[in-house]
Amino acid sequence: MLSQSMQQKRIQEKGLQERGLQGEDSRDYILQYSAVELSDRIKAGQLKVTDALDAVFAAIEEKEPLLHCYVTLEKEKAYRQAAEIQKKIDQGLLTSPLAGVPFALKDNLCTEGTLTTCSSRILENFVPTYSAEAVKRLQEAGAVIIGKTNMDEFAMGSTTETSYFGVTRNPHDTDRVPGGSSGGSAAAVAAGECFAALGSDTGGSIRQPASFCGVVGMKPTYGTVSRYGLVAYGSSLDQIGPLARNVRDCAAILEVIAGHDPKDSTSMKRGDTDFTKAIGEDIRGMRIGIPRDYFALSQSASGQIGEGKTEGADRQTGDGQDGSGQSGSGLDPEVAAAVLKAAKVLEERGAVVEEFDLSLVEYAIPTYYTIAAAEASSNLERFDGIKYGYRAPGNEELHQMYKKTRSQGFGTEVKRRIMLGSFVLSSGYYDAYYLKALRVKALIKKAFDQAFARYDCILGPVAPTTAPRLGESLSDPIKMYLGDIYTISVNLAGLPAISVPCGRDQKGLPIGFQLIGDRCSEKKLLAAAYQYEQAAREKLPPA
Amino acid sequence: MSDPITLETIDYVAILAKLELTPEEKLQAKKDMSDMLAYIDKLNELDTAGVEPMSHVFQVTNVFREDVVTNGDDSAAILSSAPACKQGMFQVPRTVE
Repeated sequence: MLSQSMQQKRIQEKGLQERGLQGEDSRDYILQYSAVELSDRIKAGQLKVTDALDAVFAAIEEKEPLLHCYVTLEKEKAYRQAAEIQKKIDQGLLTSPLAGVPFALKDNLCTEGTLTTCSSRILENFVPTYSAEAVKRLQEAGAVIIGKTNMDEFAMGSTTETSYFGVTRNPHDTDRVPGGSSGGSAAAVAAGECFAALGSDTGGSIRQPASFCGVVGMKPTYGTVSRYGLVAYGSSLDQIGPLARNVRDCAAILEVIAGHDPKDSTSMKRGDTDFTKAIGEDIRGMRIGIPRDYFALSQSASGQIGEGKTEGADRQTGDGQDGSGQSGSGLDPEVAAAVLKAAKVLEERGAVVEEFDLSLVEYAIPTYYTIAAAEASSNLERFDGIKYGYRAPGNEELHQMYKKTRSQGFGTEVKRRIMLGSFVLSSGYYDAYYLKALRVKALIKKAFDQAFARYDCILGPVAPTTAPRLGESLSDPIKMYLGDIYTISVNLAGLPAISVPCGRDQKGLPIGFQLIGDRCSEKKLLAAAYQYEQAAREKLPPA
Repeated sequence: MSDPITLETIDYVAILAKLELTPEEKLQAKKDMSDMLAYIDKLNELDTAGVEPMSHVFQVTNVFREDVVTNGDDSAAILSSAPACKQGMFQVPRTVE
């Protein structure tokens, strides 16, 4: 009589042999699966959880020295989790679509017993005593946590270059950034160093790296995923979301981590979190609006969009434009063309695509940086060298210790935002800057409300360019902030948005397009994104 | 439009932010903040008279929950992350004479 595990091993080997795969080949084969496909095979007994871990850690061993996606890897813990999860799967106790899937977590998500650094010196030795709610839900669904990914320090940055632990490289071109701030998560998914990951998005920090690394990333409606255990940056803007190989994985992950949590007072009670139901839904008749003002930023407008420049868009060229067409606020013509092509594909699938004027686009960045800096300066007051993390040595006096600890513990970009935030909240400037920004935020929200009275979703670019070279972005902060133009208004208005790969530029770098939806309309976004993905796949030449 | 940022402003903001900046960092901070505020001044192009400041995008007020303890005694684990502790408490530099 064969033991159960022996039987499964046979089935698994047979499965691999049928495809003519053995050893190294089977590893590569396993890495081709999406998270949901992998879990299906594990639950069917064709693969074991440890096969998936072996494949992922082989990829990590090979690629990680160059890419540096992770701050912390927990290999032993991962194999221990795998054994427990395998047992529960074998007993039929774990049936979730993510059971047995190796996951990576951005290092600002608290993990009980595992370092959580936010890629900052000030938290270099912080080990939380509890896990974030989203992480708990993922673990209850049978995901295997393999490590914590690199990020911009405290999620402040768009390139992952502000990390205290060094840069992460883009797997598609290792001289380029993976985007940020969830750059480690995006690069790890793209490189096969995990099957899926969680990130956080305050101003585009999931969607932009997803676009730069050629993976799918989603920021849910504010309040959909509990922020309990997410180290706070801009609390009114922060949301946790998935980075994944495809749209179906994204939906499955979001379904697992979403839901009301009494531990987060901004967590919403919404009953429509069965996001996987949207996969395969028809999009005929779906009304999609393309903001003309998004494309008016294009330096040489491609196609009909962008010719009818609005007054607002002309003003946009006043700041930070360097005229190179590859950086600053100018939309790269190759990106514009790929995004408009994606719109065409959705039109062919039955969507009704139309141009419109969104308005206020160029006011989103100054509004965002005022509000985010203000909230950051307040949120980061807790890092004082007393309860956890780094403390500057040799202090006789308490206030001196605070100042030295914070000055040595925070990096340049974090200090820049804390200073700006402290200023805009200071007496005498509070009304002129902070309250002004909150008023403009109300106007931006209203502009979106008006758009969603006419459209089911808004389609546009994720970022004006593809991934820049390492070292190109940090010297001019305002120029770097301008790269967030298409993503940050979504956070200000609390809306859901998804970033989906839609081709490559001539340099071979991934391009993404973005679908933005009204509050709680994730299903529409997922349905459209999935239809696009299917159509794009059909158009690919056979491998 | 805004008042020019002086080194005195930077010193004052550094006190609020509990940061100690080197002379070079102060000069850089002065430049960065001046640039950023000049950019933020763009918001003054918009007439926001009568517009209510929006702190929360979706109307939520006073979310309460029952005051019930759900966690156990984690003090040993919590203190193990502290830079310094003594007799089960966080240890800090002298605060009073």
